[in-house]
Amino acid sequence: MLESVFSIAFFVQSLRISLPYALPALGATFSERSGVINIALEGIMLISAFATTVGTYYSNEPFMGILIGALAGMLTALLHGIISVTFKADQIVSGIAINVLAIGLTKFSCQLIFHSSSNSARIVGLEQWKFLPNIPILDNPFIVGTIILFLMLQVVLFKTTFGLRLRAVGEHPEAADTAGVNVKRMRHLGVLISGALAGLGGAWLAIDQHSFTDGMTAGRGFIALAAMIIGKWTPYGAAGACLLFGFAESLSIQLQSTSHAVQFIQMIPYVLTMIVLAGFIGRATPPAADGIPYEKE
Amino acid sequence: MKYYKTSLLQLIGPLLALLLSFLIGGIFIFFVGRDPILVYERFFSQTLGNAYGMSQVLFKATPLMFTGLCVALSFRAGLFNIGAEGQLIIGTFLTAWVGFTFNSLPALVLIPFCLIAGILGGAFWGAIPGVLKAKFGAHEVINTIMMNFIAAALVSYLVINVYAVPATIHTPQISPASELPRLDFLVDSLRGSPANVSVFLALTASIFCYYFLWKTRWGYELRALGLSRSASEYAGINIGQRTIMTLALSGGIAGLVGSNFVMGYKHYFELGFSEGIGYIGIAVALLAKNHPLGIILTAVFFGILEYGTLTIGTFVPKELSNILQAIVILFVLITSKLINWWIRQLQALTAIGNVHA
Amino acid sequence: MPAVEMHNITKRFGIIKANDAVDFSVDKGEIHALVGENGAGKTTLMKILYGMYQPNEGKIFINNRQETVSSPAIAIAKGIGMVHQHFMLIPTLTVTENIVLGNEPTLRFDLIDLRRAQQELQKLTETYHLIVDLQAKVETLSVGMQQRVEILKMLYRNADILILDEPTAVLTPQEVEELFNTLSHFKNQCKTIILITHKLSEVMAISDRVTVMRHGQVVACVETKLTNQVELARMMVGKEMEGVIVGGNPFISHPVVVVEQLAAMNDKKLSALHDVSFTISEGEILGIAAIEGNGQAELVQVIAGLRKIAQGSIKVNNQVLNDSNRRTLIAHIPEDRTHRGLVLDFTVAENLILGRHYEPQYSKRFLFHQQTIVQFAETMIQEHDIRPRDKDLVMRHLSGGNQQKTIVARELSKNAPVIIAHQPTRGLDIGATEFVHTALLSERDHGKAILLVSSDLTELLTLADRIAVMYEGHIVTVLNAKDTSERELGMYMTGVIKKVA
Repeated sequence: MLESVFSIAFFVQSLRISLPYALPALGATFSERSGVINIALEGIMLISAFATTVGTYYSNEPFMGILIGALAGMLTALLHGIISVTFKADQIVSGIAINVLAIGLTKFSCQLIFHSSSNSARIVGLEQWKFLPNIPILDNPFIVGTIILFLMLQVVLFKTTFGLRLRAVGEHPEAADTAGVNVKRMRHLGVLISGALAGLGGAWLAIDQHSFTDGMTAGRGFIALAAMIIGKWTPYGAAGACLLFGFAESLSIQLQSTSHAVQFIQMIPYVLTMIVLAGFIGRATPPAADGIPYEKE
Repeated sequence: MKYYKTSLLQLIGPLLALLLSFLIGGIFIFFVGRDPILVYERFFSQTLGNAYGMSQVLFKATPLMFTGLCVALSFRAGLFNIGAEGQLIIGTFLTAWVGFTFNSLPALVLIPFCLIAGILGGAFWGAIPGVLKAKFGAHEVINTIMMNFIAAALVSYLVINVYAVPATIHTPQISPASELPRLDFLVDSLRGSPANVSVFLALTASIFCYYFLWKTRWGYELRALGLSRSASEYAGINIGQRTIMTLALSGGIAGLVGSNFVMGYKHYFELGFSEGIGYIGIAVALLAKNHPLGIILTAVFFGILEYGTLTIGTFVPKELSNILQAIVILFVLITSKLINWWIRQLQALTAIGNVHA
Repeated sequence: MPAVEMHNITKRFGIIKANDAVDFSVDKGEIHALVGENGAGKTTLMKILYGMYQPNEGKIFINNRQETVSSPAIAIAKGIGMVHQHFMLIPTLTVTENIVLGNEPTLRFDLIDLRRAQQELQKLTETYHLIVDLQAKVETLSVGMQQRVEILKMLYRNADILILDEPTAVLTPQEVEELFNTLSHFKNQCKTIILITHKLSEVMAISDRVTVMRHGQVVACVETKLTNQVELARMMVGKEMEGVIVGGNPFISHPVVVVEQLAAMNDKKLSALHDVSFTISEGEILGIAAIEGNGQAELVQVIAGLRKIAQGSIKVNNQVLNDSNRRTLIAHIPEDRTHRGLVLDFTVAENLILGRHYEPQYSKRFLFHQQTIVQFAETMIQEHDIRPRDKDLVMRHLSGGNQQKTIVARELSKNAPVIIAHQPTRGLDIGATEFVHTALLSERDHGKAILLVSSDLTELLTLADRIAVMYEGHIVTVLNAKDTSERELGMYMTGVIKKVA
């Protein structure tokens, strides 16, 4: 048992599992740092997974599919942005509506295109594409890409003009506005980034499983939110939380044969989030204006 | 008194949203290659055209009334309870558990016992985020979402590993003494319809909530809390206590969903039965502007959507219902913003010339 | 030469005209004071100039060119800077980040050139003697330091028209002096300064010209050296300020309220009240005079049960005040009427029982006693002339004066032995103000002990029997209202005299 846990294969599996948490969690960080709660991540991922499947199915090019998936994610996020930033409507309700929409839209379209509302046809994956062949982890271009994204976006958030303005808008939009920062624009961008990243997360799910199945995101968008909170709204923190979740889930797969209590391991991310939110492990303080529409007058 | 008229104007938003969503639904139907008018005709004749269809709608609407009330009650207290899903899962499971465990009790004892178990289960699940909010200031939105997933995992464990009938994902049958009668005992043509007397329980719950909110001290305090936290503090309202109480009461109402699904319909608890009605409850409450009596209407509306799309399933994929639900919510969000803006403009215009009415 | 000219500016917020055909002009290189009572429209006018609000009518000229200032970004580009009354700083960011936000020096790839920013700011702080720790997070700075950051923010953007909204309200006297030195320094550099204030002594001390606003209109624009405080005050208020309401002498009897060595923390967990002791007798009005932020708000909150006591005790009629007896012993007219004193979306009737809804005549166990509530509402509306006379109307639609009447009706009909009135007439029109004054005096004559906290010194001098002055959380003196003057109070309030009573 123990050797299987300390094997490279186990680590790679954990990493693969944590990818579809990590990408949307990174996205959620950008959205919430700009002051917009995005619980539509789940729906965005679902729509992107489906778009990726369709794109790959027709082009036979997984990267084309991934691109289409990311674009579909941004488009869905744009809807969330229009409702919550432009119209200043309730961000949580908007997110829930988009999640419901995603379930319906993907199954509906799946039925139309693949003549089954629950399964798509099989699509090609990334197996032939190796970044550094023969080196575990670094052979997978998607994993490498994700790691690079995290390194890059941590810098973007904390060292660039864009990042400073994004954080300012999420903390105190009025102050940012008086300093000449366009609040709406920054918030739209924050939401769009979260859409692109959640879209990549959905794309990975479809590519990794070589097909679309209905409800395949299985709550990952919400676990991503949990990871963002546990990671205290920073890219690196979110990455750490997602790795933790990945390990836990890997472990539960290992244990499946010997134990019946896998459900309790599944609960770990949720329980951990609640503990962190209650302030038992450090203090989790969201951006001060998170979830509050900016009313100018 | 021109101020009263504005509340009538605000009804335009939801109505406009309904209209628009059916229009977009029509486009979807057209897109699938069907005639929208024919499909809608069937949609409405099958749901509202006969007693059987209406009873099916009521059956679908019943759980939505419970979850809608759950969301609305919390919302009135300024709490965003996304946890109806988890609260109803726990409550419903407990209802079933009591039903198949205490199967020697007579109906007169067992039926209330099952209902109370459901209420307590939902209330307990709702109270946890309430306590976390009251004691630690932890935000209820995230916590109720987390509690939904924990509930799903917990009940999945209990059903699969402890109680399941072999080779199924449901529990044993509840005692016949705990079953609620179907509505066909009233009207013969309803034979085969799953509609049952729990719909009266849901109606009672709506009226209870209305009465509670506007005629009782706790209801008053709860609304004060939702409208102004600092004024509630000033008024000496125990905010922490009321927060916990509200979420528990909300959860308790969601916990009554089992009366419909378990006691009235399937007679056992099955994993995945809820299909997100906890989330649709948010839409039901939103469309009713969190008014308990309005929720009766909006729940029926969403019931029509759900059962209606089933009846046209041979022409259009039944997932159209999710799409329509979502579009209604999104349009309600947008139109209510637009209407409010419009009302403000109107007031400003009428105000010029007669300042201080 | 005018640096700023605003012509015929009108700004409406729903029903209310915040600015009504305002003409306003400031010359280059002058310090121009913009004075008026709270709600006179000064801040609105300046927010229009700074692009935060769009006027419904009117034109703006900056350096003789007509401009449309549709956002702060445009105002900044035109050389306008503004220090808001509530600082526009982001607490979790550093001083440097706050200052450069929106105008960041950059390296490649959009990376912020922090080193260059630090260097530029270092130079700026030295030139203007505005020393501040550039690396510190803003949340750790004192209010005076935060204001410095705000001023640096304007300078960093090369603003030469500087707007300061009530800059001295939160400052200690030393800080005020430093600020004025800085402003004079700016003037020497030919920068234009607009100073919003309602403190006339400051106007006299530093400004070249004054514009007076009242009820959204400009009533006068005069050269400072050609006017005086009395004249300015008359123009601000719009009537001679003699209206002394004479009440009967308070008969000295046993003290109702005894506060001993009271201490409490503020929201930031810093000490806000220390060693505060006083008594209020039956039939006495004790006034509290203090500049905002000197502990008077915390004092009221502690007595009203909205803030924890750190030390000391409060006794009413020899009973220690606690959460259960407070409900009957204290009536509280709160400072923030729209957020504390009322639920704006409740009806008039519902608001009339707010905080009294637990009283047995209104609720039996859980159920409300509708009939009593309705009757009570109708009586109160009659007696206090709350308009419109409709108990089912939503409070939001009542005017400020009628909202305050609702609170006063509710609290005074409670018949509690102690009444706290915190800024009871702020923002009210003359009619409503007189209503509140008469009501308080009548309560006094009925033997109530009243604590009156007000920033309006005239109000204190006319209503109160004794006035306690608070400074930095202490009571520095208690004076007989008859034997003191605004000037003397002002000296204590600003810490010029620091005698501890």
